[in-house]
Amino acid sequence: MEITGAQAVMKSLEMLDVDTVFGYPGGAILPAYDPMIEAGFEHVLVRHEQGAIHMAEGYAHATNRVGVCIVTSGPAATNLVTGLTDAMMDSVPVLAITGQVASTAIGSDAFQEADVTGITMPITKHNELVTSAERIPEAIKEAFHVARSGRPGPVLVDIPKDILSATFEWHWDDRVDLPGYKPTVRGHGKMVREALDLIASAERPVIYAGGGLVRARAAVELERFASLLGLPVVTTLMARGVLPDTHELFVGMPGMHGHYAGVRALQESDLLITLGARFDDRVTGKLDAFAPEAKIIHVDVDPAEIGKNREVDIPIVGDVKVVLEQLLTVLEDKQRKGQFEELVPDATAWRAHLGALKSQHPLRVDQPEQGVLKPQSAIRAVYDVWGDEAVYVAGVGQHQMWAAQHIPYTRAGQWINSGGLGTMGFAVPAAIGAKAGVGRDVPVVAIDGDGCFQMTFQEIAAAVQHDIPVVFVVINNGYLGMVRQWQSLFYEDRLSQVALPQDLPDLLKLADAYGIPGFRIDRIEDLYTTLEKAHAITDQPVLVECRVHPDEMVFPMVPSGASNEELIESAEEWYARVAEQQA
Amino acid sequence: MNHRHTLSVLVENKPGVLTRIAGMFARRGYNIHSLAVGPTEDERVSRLTLVVGTEAVQLEQIIKQLNKLVHVLKIVELEENAAIEREMQLVKVNADPAIRSQIIEIAEVFRAKIVDVDHDSITIEVAGNPSKLEAIVELLQPYGIRELVRSGTIALARGTRSISDGSKLRMRQVS
Repeated sequence: MEITGAQAVMKSLEMLDVDTVFGYPGGAILPAYDPMIEAGFEHVLVRHEQGAIHMAEGYAHATNRVGVCIVTSGPAATNLVTGLTDAMMDSVPVLAITGQVASTAIGSDAFQEADVTGITMPITKHNELVTSAERIPEAIKEAFHVARSGRPGPVLVDIPKDILSATFEWHWDDRVDLPGYKPTVRGHGKMVREALDLIASAERPVIYAGGGLVRARAAVELERFASLLGLPVVTTLMARGVLPDTHELFVGMPGMHGHYAGVRALQESDLLITLGARFDDRVTGKLDAFAPEAKIIHVDVDPAEIGKNREVDIPIVGDVKVVLEQLLTVLEDKQRKGQFEELVPDATAWRAHLGALKSQHPLRVDQPEQGVLKPQSAIRAVYDVWGDEAVYVAGVGQHQMWAAQHIPYTRAGQWINSGGLGTMGFAVPAAIGAKAGVGRDVPVVAIDGDGCFQMTFQEIAAAVQHDIPVVFVVINNGYLGMVRQWQSLFYEDRLSQVALPQDLPDLLKLADAYGIPGFRIDRIEDLYTTLEKAHAITDQPVLVECRVHPDEMVFPMVPSGASNEELIESAEEWYARVAEQQA
Repeated sequence: MNHRHTLSVLVENKPGVLTRIAGMFARRGYNIHSLAVGPTEDERVSRLTLVVGTEAVQLEQIIKQLNKLVHVLKIVELEENAAIEREMQLVKVNADPAIRSQIIEIAEVFRAKIVDVDHDSITIEVAGNPSKLEAIVELLQPYGIRELVRSGTIALARGTRSISDGSKLRMRQVS
């Protein structure tokens, strides 16, 4: 059957079971938008291409499937750059299809021409400029395969307009043949056994659980492994929920704004069992002072992560879910042979110590009973109202850290945020994409800051138009809160360009302008009653503005560039330390 | 301390593959001393020879990052004494008829070839390892070098084994 390249794009996406694409039409991609009218998937019309890629990311985060976006050439494609980089940093499987000027015009500085494969080379896992219509099905199939296998990531396929219009004989083959791309799935058997021996002899072992466990959907295996050996677990910002916060072995979140016990657990450990984590600077603090006594087991599907930042004692390259299964197989075998006990480390005292740290150093809210609303209380109340069944999506900044700290996540994919790149403006579109992915029955709540929200709120229009009922909660403190926090602590409270007047824009009028219900809460007394009203609305997007006290800071905090040993739990503690140093 | 390492890299012969590799080096702050690229016995495959100056730890990271590129098929580090390394150099040197014979003599000592002669210049082609190429330049310098061009290093492992004796390429060899 002869079809056009554009039809082949549609058919290829259908063959790959794509149910939703996020996009925006324009010149070079026009041929693809014609057969899309009959295509077997939904198209969400965004308001800015950055929205399309973040929606695709949100969809991928929430469903663990490849998120797809489709946009035109030039400025549309360059508008994907932030989202592609975000997906690269957080290993999010995304396929971006971009139109390109006709192949005969490439290199001539034609209208809306940009070297998109050149621009996106360092920010995609792979990309391709398609040079014939016959190649389209293979290019899209390969892009899908690369995006979701190994260490997931974004892949871009750039298709010139004449190739979308050219015809060819349709063919489809499920097999993928990429001789230079063969991710290692199974861990090395010898290393797996050595890892267990090392764990057996540890006194202060900790599982340092990273986002790789979420991508691999290895929560069940993680829980079983940790429980069998009695290993305490910290879950990084990207791994919140992969072991439920309610689990007895859960210690906390590590990192710059981690829970006190989570930071201390890594710091005092003698063995880090690192699963799908990458020793990011926001976790390690000053690298050479990080977990100084710890030996390292590092399991990662990306060999380049092993030994990149921290020297490793036992490297295991493989899919973390498969490696956990391998570890469990050995353990179960030992159980049958009655040799299991010798593999269990004696960590009773260590667990008790961490338990004590956890109860001695809870997060502090200090919410007055009347009047002023604290952002932490607002976020806790959002969780109380929308509950464990909801998916929570955050932007970047103070609200993100509070949402990571204060909500007790219980499952992988329940918490979505921009970790590695720290992309402000992520929440609104990512939440829309997530909601499009999880469907009617699962509430999706975006917890955003007033700064972030103003970067991408235009996508509310897409949520309204396509009937995607997301709850948008804006924690409005009238400032770029995290920048202000740093200026307060590290720049002698000299505030520079951080004020965002709370009334600008008026968010109730904004909700009204988009035709959605809007609520404003500015006193603790109204918090639950108003949130309940918003919660009752499930058939359309809702906007809730929480006007909160602007002076709140996120603690605990490891000051930038400092060692994790220098963790502070309040501003007073920091100022006292500064005074001490000056004296 | 930085050491010189020679990497032989087989890549799929696809547009942009050189940019991918050069870009990866640039953005991760790795230093390329020299780079040579050309076809191989299989027209779908090109072979790059990269000489990098780096510590062992970083070399491991470079190899791993190279391996992540989808079009990279295989990477082998060629140890200095277990490989043959060659560079080629063309030198155009001042040579009026009076001194021409002296220059030809130098060329002969280095087993270099005279590839072009004009009224007052000679162009010499010399191949070999980097120290040999530097040595001849030093001797020719006093006569006045008008122009010089030098290729990147190319290298092959000594012995029978070939770089494509490996799983990643087996399928290609069969076809």
